[in-house]
Amino acid sequence: MPVSQIAAVVLVMLATVLIGAFGIRMSRTTSDFYVASRTVSPLWNASAIGGEYLSAASFLGIAGLILTFGADMLWLPVGWTGGYLVLLVLVSAPLRRSGAYTLPDFAEARLESMAVRRLSSVLVVLIGWLYLMPQFQSAGLVFRTITGAPPWAGSLLVAGVVATNVLSGGMRSITFVQAFQYWLKLTALAVPLAFMLVAWWSHGRPGLAPGDAWALPLHGREHPVYETYSLILATFLGTMGLPHVLVRFYTNPDGRAARRTTLVVLTLLGAFYLMPAVYGYLGHVYGMPQSDTVVIALPGRLVSGPVGEFLTALVTAGAFAAFLSTSSGLTVSVAGVIAQDILRGGVRAFRVATVLAVLVPFALAGAARSLPVATVVGLAFAVAASSFCPLLVLGIWWRRLTTAGALAGLLAGGGLACAAVVVTIIGGPHTGWAGSLLAEPAAWTVPVSFTVMVVVSLLTPSRVPRGVARTMVRLHTPETLNVDRGDWRPRVM
Amino acid sequence: MTGKPRRAAATGARGQGEGAAPAGKPRRVTVTSPRTAAARRPRHPLTREIDEQTRLGEVYMRSLVRTQFRLALFVCTLLACVVGGLPLLFLLAPELRAAELAGLPLPWVVLAGLIYPALVGGAWLYVRQAERNERDFADLVERR
Repeated sequence: MPVSQIAAVVLVMLATVLIGAFGIRMSRTTSDFYVASRTVSPLWNASAIGGEYLSAASFLGIAGLILTFGADMLWLPVGWTGGYLVLLVLVSAPLRRSGAYTLPDFAEARLESMAVRRLSSVLVVLIGWLYLMPQFQSAGLVFRTITGAPPWAGSLLVAGVVATNVLSGGMRSITFVQAFQYWLKLTALAVPLAFMLVAWWSHGRPGLAPGDAWALPLHGREHPVYETYSLILATFLGTMGLPHVLVRFYTNPDGRAARRTTLVVLTLLGAFYLMPAVYGYLGHVYGMPQSDTVVIALPGRLVSGPVGEFLTALVTAGAFAAFLSTSSGLTVSVAGVIAQDILRGGVRAFRVATVLAVLVPFALAGAARSLPVATVVGLAFAVAASSFCPLLVLGIWWRRLTTAGALAGLLAGGGLACAAVVVTIIGGPHTGWAGSLLAEPAAWTVPVSFTVMVVVSLLTPSRVPRGVARTMVRLHTPETLNVDRGDWRPRVM
Repeated sequence: MTGKPRRAAATGARGQGEGAAPAGKPRRVTVTSPRTAAARRPRHPLTREIDEQTRLGEVYMRSLVRTQFRLALFVCTLLACVVGGLPLLFLLAPELRAAELAGLPLPWVVLAGLIYPALVGGAWLYVRQAERNERDFADLVERR
């Protein structure tokens, strides 16, 4: 049984490394290394965003949480898709037009302040590590289920392949790898699902027991109404603040293309996210144990014989594609920020930074309490929603945002959200209202962050950046117009 | 950029510069009233007003940002009503939680199915309108 699964894992790893190696020949300059020289077509770009975005939390975690907690968890994939609608209308085109590679670049361009830039860099690194840690933990868990090896072995395997790939290829190869990974993940969930639905039909379409409370919304947790709304806020607003998503917008040729790419992304994600809920539903109907590995175990439970074995191998391959793609994207972003803002820059610094970017979350994965992968990723979304969401939204649409306001808002929102995350992961699980407020912090940290940013900006009107009018021209006018957009450029390494 | 009288002058200058205009060929001169040229276009193109950050340029820029922001706010409000309204609906009308549609629980049909095409449809309409706003702005600024 495990032989086919191990073969599948090896195959995915090999394909990732080979496609990455294919891209190496094309990446020569620093600009290639970071953003693929902007020669990526919209469908490739959208597939790459999808491939990068669909992590272990989407592939394994959602189905696991739905199986455990029921209908309220359906909001998780809805928010992870809908976040792109919010990103599309508020951020996509102006962000591309800003010309920024990264979130710290945007902060510097808009607020003309190195202090805001540095604080943004710290937050990018923290969000990136918080997102990477559960990916590695999850890889360890799946690898243990297949081979019986200790959890660190799977983490090490994924961390190693990611580091090698990022070190050798840079962003150019990553774009191809990511696009390939999206379609692999879609296939790896869809094909077993089709077989399982046939099996389910032939079993006489078993449904829920009458009066089964599992399928009802607002049920199963301590404060379901608060937690549902907080989850919605974190996922819808957090998407725009994820470092590995934003860097991809730079690979669009202009703002209009950035919008269209986002539309394609939304479609690709919508197609994918139809499936995890069905896995969760079938898992409940067939009484599977509540765990992140339900997606891996379910096909073998419903379909027997060599076909079932093949399907299990396929979902395993998909899971490893998920570990590799998201981890690679995050590693590139985190390493880019560390290299540019902490080390002195250049391709050599990028290599050192890559090792750091992988090593820290790998160590954390071994040390931290193991929570469901989608829960931890949800916390990363909450931190992004309470820090970068207000910075981006106010920065793009509100001229009176000041340097002091941005700093105070990032510190208050990001700081409180990070504190809640640390308390939840290290000291948790807590019970009662305190537990709910800490486990789903977005509902209070996002308003705090927005309020602090606005109030402090209004109190410090003298610190509105001097070039704000020119920046607004740059952010909002279509590229076809011949106007002066200022001379800010992201720093070339 | 230039008006017709100036084009005539430019033609003349080029003729001189080449220095090979046959003597017998009469030089072409366009005769127009200065008033028609004045009515034809403003003194500066509007992009220059924006570049120089004059009050007029600012008015145009603010109108663009406001139009796009209103559109974004409209989409976000609509989204908030749908997404924020669903849990409220389930809270206030508990019988909906257990309702069924085509043999499947209603909350599942909405949250695990119908909401996705709705999101894509909303995004498509937004992209269309946002591009239209930008085209209108470009036409306005570049009108000649």
